[in-house]
Amino acid sequence: MSGHVSPKSLYYSIFGALMVLTAITVFAAYVNLGAMNAPIALAIATFKATLVVLFFMHVRYSSRLTKLVVVTSLFFLAILLGEMMMDYASRGMGVVLPTLQ
Amino acid sequence: MLDTPKLPERHYLNNGHGLKSWLLTKDHKRIAIMYLISISAMFLLGGLFAGAVRLELMTPEGDLFLADTYNKMFTMHGVVMVFFFLIPSTPAVLGNFLIPPMIGAKDLAFPRINLLSLYIFWLGAAFFFYALFAGGVDTGWTFYTPFSSFSSNTNVIPTALGAFISGFSSILTGLNFIVTIHRMRAPGLTWFRLPLFVWAHYATSLIQVLGTPVVAITIIMVFVERAFGFGIFDPTRGGDPVLFQHLFWFYSHPAVYIMILPAMGVISEIVSTFSRKTIFGYSFVAFSSLAIAVFGFIVWAHHMFVAGISTYSALVFSFLSFSVAIPSAVKTFNWAATLYKGAISFETPMLYAYGFFGLFLIGGLTGLFLATLGTDIHLHDTYFVVSHFHYIMVGGAIMGYLGGLHFWWPKLVGRMYSEFLSRVSAILVFVGFNLTFFPQFILGYMGMPRRYHAYPDEFQVLNILSSAGAGVLGIGYLLPVIYFLWSLKRGEVAGPNPWGASGLEWQIPSPPPTENFKVQPVVHGEPYEYTPHVAREANLV
Amino acid sequence: MSNAVAHAEAHGHAVPHDALQHHFETMQQQKEASTLGMWVFLLTEVLFFGGLFFAYLLYRVWYFDAFAEASRTLDISLGAFNTAVLIGSSLTMALAVRSAQTNQRSATVRWLISTIVLGCVFLGVKVIEYADKFEHHHVPGPNFVSESVWAAQEQIFFSLYFTMTGLHALHMIVGVGVMSVVTWMAAKGRFDEHYYTPVEMTGLYWHFVDLVWIYLFPLLYLVERHN
Repeated sequence: MSGHVSPKSLYYSIFGALMVLTAITVFAAYVNLGAMNAPIALAIATFKATLVVLFFMHVRYSSRLTKLVVVTSLFFLAILLGEMMMDYASRGMGVVLPTLQ
Repeated sequence: MLDTPKLPERHYLNNGHGLKSWLLTKDHKRIAIMYLISISAMFLLGGLFAGAVRLELMTPEGDLFLADTYNKMFTMHGVVMVFFFLIPSTPAVLGNFLIPPMIGAKDLAFPRINLLSLYIFWLGAAFFFYALFAGGVDTGWTFYTPFSSFSSNTNVIPTALGAFISGFSSILTGLNFIVTIHRMRAPGLTWFRLPLFVWAHYATSLIQVLGTPVVAITIIMVFVERAFGFGIFDPTRGGDPVLFQHLFWFYSHPAVYIMILPAMGVISEIVSTFSRKTIFGYSFVAFSSLAIAVFGFIVWAHHMFVAGISTYSALVFSFLSFSVAIPSAVKTFNWAATLYKGAISFETPMLYAYGFFGLFLIGGLTGLFLATLGTDIHLHDTYFVVSHFHYIMVGGAIMGYLGGLHFWWPKLVGRMYSEFLSRVSAILVFVGFNLTFFPQFILGYMGMPRRYHAYPDEFQVLNILSSAGAGVLGIGYLLPVIYFLWSLKRGEVAGPNPWGASGLEWQIPSPPPTENFKVQPVVHGEPYEYTPHVAREANLV
Repeated sequence: MSNAVAHAEAHGHAVPHDALQHHFETMQQQKEASTLGMWVFLLTEVLFFGGLFFAYLLYRVWYFDAFAEASRTLDISLGAFNTAVLIGSSLTMALAVRSAQTNQRSATVRWLISTIVLGCVFLGVKVIEYADKFEHHHVPGPNFVSESVWAAQEQIFFSLYFTMTGLHALHMIVGVGVMSVVTWMAAKGRFDEHYYTPVEMTGLYWHFVDLVWIYLFPLLYLVERHN
């Protein structure tokens, strides 16, 4: 019943990758990339999060049900964020009514 | 009938006596009974606040209460009814009691967490009672900012924390159900052999675990504003109060489905049993529960059409809101088709189910008026809205809850209640409900706004009708307390299956033994197998 | 997994494991229930923090200059140090679970204690950072002081900073508490290769807490550092 046992070396390399990515994040913040600073920071964070979820949390070796729970949480998070963004992004865009003659 | 049934010698009620054996129990059935007692008390309290509101509204002048007191009355009515009665009602009582026996399990997956959820519920209620005795709260159950954060001088923090804490009770119940339904089913009990009650609770649990955390964080943000002077929704510092409404309704719209979905599950069981027919379109009814749960999450901003959201997103939300009507209609039509050519009998649970059909239909269809952007501008914040959601939350959810309570009462306690009195109460509830709330549709349409303690003279006739109806409704709700208590000692012994129903829970003794099943059951058949033979036999009983 | 099923079937009826609760049939079923329960709990956590992150993103877009200015008052070296500490604690946690899986009792205890120590280091650094904010009157509310033209909107940033990091720290405190109990259980020899669920569940929780910080660090400390 011991489930999937990952080799120690895998954990150390994930740790190394996470540290390198953290360094890259800090470094990238000091470079002016214009509008791209935030998306790059978030992309790196998401990549790091993916590594943690897949390897430290063993989702890569987990049942389909566990994967489904992960996807479900992201799906509903996307609904929450997406629909609120829809409102805020379209604020101030008025519907132009046809003028009566 | 061969011989009169006897109560089993050992069952969950007499397995251990004294307060300690109840307070430390891990038995899902005892926890359900403690939930039943707790939420019944809360229902009574919420009913008293509703009575106070209706009493004030009998006259156009605000003569009974000051405006501030009136604000507290309807706020506490809403808080008690939503957070401490409707949200736990069917899941925490009937779901808790019935899901393990329905799926052939000895208990829920996490019995200790189940007990913990009850204690958390009590802790939340304790916070609410503190707020109540400290002078109440006046923000409306919706806690809208900035009023709740900065302006109101009433007990917002304890009330909001009470709602926050009881939310965790709801999350834990939902989590427990999800795991139980996934992992504890008896051999042979595949997903498509599950009772629809279980499907409905699965969908409900999804909403509980997905929605409740969002309202929890929202309450925390209000808390830090009020307690520490932080500014997140504060317009004087550039914050957006509408953001609060977005986050609040992301939970609180689906919360309505936490109330109505379990009731729909109950109705599916009752309709099939009392028309002695398998449910029509099983998989459609099952999946429509999931569809309601999912669609419920994409429509919330129809509560905010006049709050200042963008015109385009209002159009989108209006359009999306109609999607909820589809699975709801699928259910309603399937129930109607189940009734068609059934051997229908009119015992009390069935009367409640019929009441549910009528009231849910009206509640659901008036929801479409409110989802329509144009009409909502006119109807928003009027009694039309009040009436609409009471048709769903009281007419739908409570009718389903009471129907389920009457249906499974013999399983809960092993004895029958008075059939005559219970039919009278079902009819009183239906008549009283319509008398209370139908006039409010008209009042709302004529423009009477909600949440005021005074109104123009011409609205008085309809308001008096409504208040009179509330009295009838109150009697209808009190009657079951009397005959249920009476049945505990004097009721006729019910036997395992008084209705001739088909579910697994009816094959074990009433009341069930602590471990539910002596041996692990194995399921071979399909759900709702009512053969003509069973029907004939049941009709004879 | 197939081995595990075979094992459960072979031993399920003969000698029930000490840790098997009465309402489960097999250890396998019990473990799967716990795992699913934990993941559903983490799902609630995702949505819990989700609402907060949206508030942050909205105001960051609306008041970017205020957020950039306020963010620059945070100590980036302390933030980066804490990030490293927390990632390190995730590593030790993963190794603790691995030791439990392979039934190495003393290694499990050792890695769990390392995780607790790293968690406490993180919280200690957080205390230093909070104290600094109090000293400079950067706590939103009546005592907030800022000369910036964006003073009001900076308060939104700091409100979110304290709420987000505060809730994160609260999760860590809970985690350290739970981990202390699990460490004690491990030291007592409660776990073996058939039953180590509490270690594994604590691990999942701890990694999730790490995951939140992975987003919090760039969002709060690195809004705009290049001018």
